[in-house]
Amino acid sequence: MSTSTTTRLMSFDEALEKFDPVMGLEVHVELNTASKMFCGCPTEFGAEPNTQVCPVCLGLPGAMPVVNEKAVESAMRIGLALNCEIAEWCRFARKNYFYPDMPKNFQTSQYDEPIAFDGWTEVEVDGETFRVDIERAHMEEDTGKSLHVGTSGRIHGADYSLVDYNRAGIPLIEVVTKPIVGTGAKAPLVAKAYVAQLRELLLGLGVSDVRMEQGSLRCDVNLSLRPVGQEVFGTRTETKNVNSLRSVERSVRYEIGRQGALLEDGGTVVQETRHWHEDTGVTTSGREKSDAEDYRYFPEPDLVPIAPSREWVEELRGSLPEPPREHRARLQAEWGFSDLEMRDTVGAGALLLVEQTIAAGASPAAARKWWLSDMARRANEQGVDLADLPVTPADVARVQALVDEGKINDKLARQVFDGVLAGEGTPDEVVAARGLAVVSDDGALSAAVDRAIEANPDVADKIRDGKVAAAGALIGAVMKEMRGQADAGRVRELIIEKLS
Amino acid sequence: MSSDLTRRTAAELADALAAGETTSVEITSAYLDRIAAVDGDVHAFLHVDAEGALAAAREADERRAAGSVRSALDGVPVAVKDVLTTKGLPTTCGSKILEGWVPPYDATVVARLREAGLPILGKTNMDEFAMGSSTEHSAYGPTHNPWDLDRIPGGSGGGSAAAVAAFEAPLAIGTDTGGSIRQPGAVTGTVGVKPTFGGVSRFGLVAMANSLDQAGPVTRTVLDSALLHEVIGGYDPQDSTSIDQPLPALVAAARQGASGDMSGVRVGVIKELGGDGYQAGVRARFDEAVQLLVEAGAEVVEVSCPSFVHALAAYYLIMPSEASSNLAKFDAMRYGLRVLPDGVENPSAEEVMRATRDAGFGDEVKRRIILGTYALSSGYYDAYYGQAQKVRTLISRDFAAAFEQADVLVSPTAPTTAFRIGEKLDDPVSMYLNDIATIPANLAGVPGISLPSGLADEDGLPAGFQILAPALADDRLYRVGAALETLLTTRWGGPLLAQAPELKEVSA
Repeated sequence: MSTSTTTRLMSFDEALEKFDPVMGLEVHVELNTASKMFCGCPTEFGAEPNTQVCPVCLGLPGAMPVVNEKAVESAMRIGLALNCEIAEWCRFARKNYFYPDMPKNFQTSQYDEPIAFDGWTEVEVDGETFRVDIERAHMEEDTGKSLHVGTSGRIHGADYSLVDYNRAGIPLIEVVTKPIVGTGAKAPLVAKAYVAQLRELLLGLGVSDVRMEQGSLRCDVNLSLRPVGQEVFGTRTETKNVNSLRSVERSVRYEIGRQGALLEDGGTVVQETRHWHEDTGVTTSGREKSDAEDYRYFPEPDLVPIAPSREWVEELRGSLPEPPREHRARLQAEWGFSDLEMRDTVGAGALLLVEQTIAAGASPAAARKWWLSDMARRANEQGVDLADLPVTPADVARVQALVDEGKINDKLARQVFDGVLAGEGTPDEVVAARGLAVVSDDGALSAAVDRAIEANPDVADKIRDGKVAAAGALIGAVMKEMRGQADAGRVRELIIEKLS
Repeated sequence: MSSDLTRRTAAELADALAAGETTSVEITSAYLDRIAAVDGDVHAFLHVDAEGALAAAREADERRAAGSVRSALDGVPVAVKDVLTTKGLPTTCGSKILEGWVPPYDATVVARLREAGLPILGKTNMDEFAMGSSTEHSAYGPTHNPWDLDRIPGGSGGGSAAAVAAFEAPLAIGTDTGGSIRQPGAVTGTVGVKPTFGGVSRFGLVAMANSLDQAGPVTRTVLDSALLHEVIGGYDPQDSTSIDQPLPALVAAARQGASGDMSGVRVGVIKELGGDGYQAGVRARFDEAVQLLVEAGAEVVEVSCPSFVHALAAYYLIMPSEASSNLAKFDAMRYGLRVLPDGVENPSAEEVMRATRDAGFGDEVKRRIILGTYALSSGYYDAYYGQAQKVRTLISRDFAAAFEQADVLVSPTAPTTAFRIGEKLDDPVSMYLNDIATIPANLAGVPGISLPSGLADEDGLPAGFQILAPALADDRLYRVGAALETLLTTRWGGPLLAQAPELKEVSA
């Protein structure tokens, strides 16, 4: 097995001088239906292991599946939002393979008859539009979750493994792109933008919580390189479970460098599954994908074909939310953002967060300011996506409201966020617990101002002489004494009152 | 009194209960006594639930005393093939791999039996996972034919058929994938019905081949089958393949047919199911039965179903394909047998799966898993599974054409009478040929019934007469079946089972 230490990398730019990347993205989306794909079990995340199970999703002998109509509807809406055709008639199939977290040792999935196919969407990167063709969007059920107990944390070398079947049978939609070509050096950004947009689209449809850190949106990245100018695709690798927007970008970048170096040295790329390591930012070899892997698909005999009426399809089409491009144009106009501001917002993966923050009451400018500066910096430091920070749009809106009400200032706001991110509670709870409210009580402020004037006679004289701009130094001194919790506006007023 | 009760039909028992002449506890006790007395020799049951059956019988009696009756068969006991899940009662499917497994839920058929007030006597023996035509493939030993204990009772539902034939139960539930209700019925001199596919819920039926399996009644008379069919049949939202339509009036059809009048009914004799390969005595009884129908006013025509010659081959691709996938779940991870491989320290999950499946499945099951896995493999799928599905379509077309010419189709149920235990165990193809006449109905999803046509001259053993009807027209089976039953029993001077040898009773 190759590891990061023995893998030679080529610089990204160097690789792209010689090779043209071709990508294919497979995104698994967990739907937010109240019940599972083929039974009535609840789907809530985080329940005690094996409490949301029944004979059907445990695959007990004799149990039979019944299709969740809501899941079919969600699948069709996703397909329609991606400009897909909706099948007039399609079936489920069995994908047969043995794995302990798969109760029946086959997965009920769709094979050659997906519910939605032949679609497209457009993503924008730095003002440039890329078309991504969609091969298919199909329905399937999730598997259970194995927990390998032992030092390695993986199945090999584990002392024992535990399986939680709560996830088994949760409806999934797999959205598969056709090969994405012609993105060149933008490949990593296009990949990231596509997944970000898909996320946005799914949230807009209300069909999934798309919490990447909870695994409700999981991405497999297929990548191959071909010499610039060559028509035929190179051999691809499939990097599994790339579960953040940031990692989508990084894994594409990494594989381009790795495959570039391999090919440059006269080697060949092995068609294989690769694992993404979030911490080290590298991919390592998983199992080799050979023709020997035979899932023995055949139509699921316990289910009847799904034949959505054209009336139903049109009804769903008619009720779709506006497409991403129109949605953004409308928001930009509503918010009064410049093109650059809008592009930065989208590029940072913050569009939805900003939208939700505004919906929670903040001004567009304030929402953008917090997410794109303060939160973006924190996410970057922690190496996570903005959306995965443990702070909600409602929190951000509340902090801004506290600033607007004069209860805190920007500096204190950052301390409030420190507290919220540290899990100390809601913004109001953090303000209370940390005693962060600004002091605008004249008695306390007046005494502090007097002490500042006394300690800085030269500055005081300047102000007496009419140089009001010098007040800044005295304000600074007061703020320092009050550990930042003074109402700066009131302090200025008091200084000028006292010295005029 | 008790031996008298076990000889009565379910309909007679229901009448006696309604008239207050007996109680469910009396009837149930009589059958439990009979099981204790003869099942040591017959081995129809894998599990007897005396306590549960008597508790249900007491409840039935209390209900009746209070003036509320849940169904026509309330209080009449029933035996259930061990392939249907029963909450709190072991369900093994005749396999070691499920030894000790107690399901946490009832199959819909079982739930309906309980709701209708039928005490469940126990679970009946079967070929492992319903794979076989003799019940010799049960991991718990064969069932013996009450007509001759050295012979097979048919399969896979030999336990249900033998239980009914040996008067150990008035009623039983079987399942029929390629003939597993009808062929045992034929060789034990009993009645068995495979309903229209989708007519009886499969929820809780441990699947062998999902697109072929169907649960149905196993009884001593046509009317009893109709009564039981009405209890278990009808739409079930938990089975997506079940038909969302009311059942036809089955009991009414059986009562109408019992007059023996066949005028206006067109009967088609299937040319391809008869002749060479069918035992002379089986053919003779069949021909006589057809003659009786003619005399009773039926219009008899010969129909040809040319694709039926490919039915067995298609069946032995589709059935193992589905079975290979269905049986994958038996892997020791969650329930059932768990075997650790010999000489392996810290075995992996995969090694445990392999060791368990090796030890837990019998040879016939392994044979079909291998066949099915091969048939579904990429590169072979089109040639095997795909072609078999096409044959299936052709068979359905043959049926459609034949039903243009006739209201029902008829044939011998099985080519031979019961063979000796062990006789065909080493010759799978000859074993598979037992189902040659029953398989087409499963492939097309149409309903079929087998009822006794008499005893073959050469061995004095029962032969079966099969009637097939179009999908959803199960009532025709009962109409024609009851008519033929009346004509035959009149000729015999009583039910065929009255001619079966007395079994030795051991006192409990």
